[in-house]
Amino acid sequence: MTRPVSHWDPEMLAFCCDYCAHSAAALAGSKRLQYPAGVRIISTPCTGKLEMEHILEAFEKGVDGILIVGCLEGGCHFLEGNLRARKRTDRIRSILEEIGLGAERLKMVNLSDAMASAFVQHMKEAMETIRTLGPNPLRISEYEESEGVL
Amino acid sequence: MIVASPKSITELKGIIEGHRKVLFAGCGTCVTVCLAGGEREVSISSYAVRMARKLDHSPVEISQVTIERQCENEFLKDLADPAAKVEAIVSFGCGAGVQAIAERFPDKPVYAALNTQFLGVLEEQAIWTEKCLGCGDCMLAHFGGICPVTRCAKRLLNGPCGGSTESQCEVDAERPCAWQLIYARLERIGQIERLEKVVPPKDWSTAWYSGARKIVRKEHQV
Repeated sequence: MTRPVSHWDPEMLAFCCDYCAHSAAALAGSKRLQYPAGVRIISTPCTGKLEMEHILEAFEKGVDGILIVGCLEGGCHFLEGNLRARKRTDRIRSILEEIGLGAERLKMVNLSDAMASAFVQHMKEAMETIRTLGPNPLRISEYEESEGVL
Repeated sequence: MIVASPKSITELKGIIEGHRKVLFAGCGTCVTVCLAGGEREVSISSYAVRMARKLDHSPVEISQVTIERQCENEFLKDLADPAAKVEAIVSFGCGAGVQAIAERFPDKPVYAALNTQFLGVLEEQAIWTEKCLGCGDCMLAHFGGICPVTRCAKRLLNGPCGGSTESQCEVDAERPCAWQLIYARLERIGQIERLEKVVPPKDWSTAWYSGARKIVRKEHQV
């Protein structure tokens, strides 16, 4: 949290549904497919179980971006958890945009447990977006405060 | 219940500008049910405002408490300790809750985080509609339980205007014509003859228009 920007390695959280994305991540590993090292995978029982506070807290603590990966629409094990997650994601994106952090730091995608290549592709694209956006300014501000820059 | 909607994060941030320690106080009754001012909404707003202030290089410390009901002094005592540690209180209650807190803590600035809207019902998940104006002289018995005072845009008491189209109101095509609903309802419950009686002009002296009202029920006083 207190690293200077010059040594910035993007950190991204990927909240992965147990029934699809987490299996896709495991399959990607079995197939030796590489995705960016800064991705931290967090398994969830369903993306519908994700509370908005979880996402906001991660951003407040300085994570650079978050990708929520749920089942394909119509394929949720709990019927509509992924659809609810989509609506919550949209709400948080609007909050992030309003406060100046930027909506693009948060994204949700849908895939199945067999889509290992798509999983890797989404991770790479999301990481690329974060690199373009730069570090989470909340992390920078924390660094500046701790170093007495402000 | 009382239905409210949250103010934008930008407005909320502006309201507490200048304060560095603030209490966000939620209410566990109506505004929790209408998803505007309960524990979860207080938490989400806290994160958003804290991050926004940090991005402005003006960090704010926000504590959160949600009490059972802000409109009753009995429950407000739970705010005393957290309120003593902050510069200002932001109430996520309805307008009554905000004012009750302001009266209970006369030395603290108290701000409203919600826009209180109306007395209404939950139609379906996340959709509320207004049903009652609180006019103080309920006439629902005349109209089959459907209130033209609230739900007719023109507040007509003796039948519809000529503007309704396809059973919808001419003022808002999304809204059903209250008088169409009244007619259908009275017919269904076998009271259609009620429509033949002329309803006299409404006595508005019981409504808000002469100022804030007060009710005293002596039999319940202690």
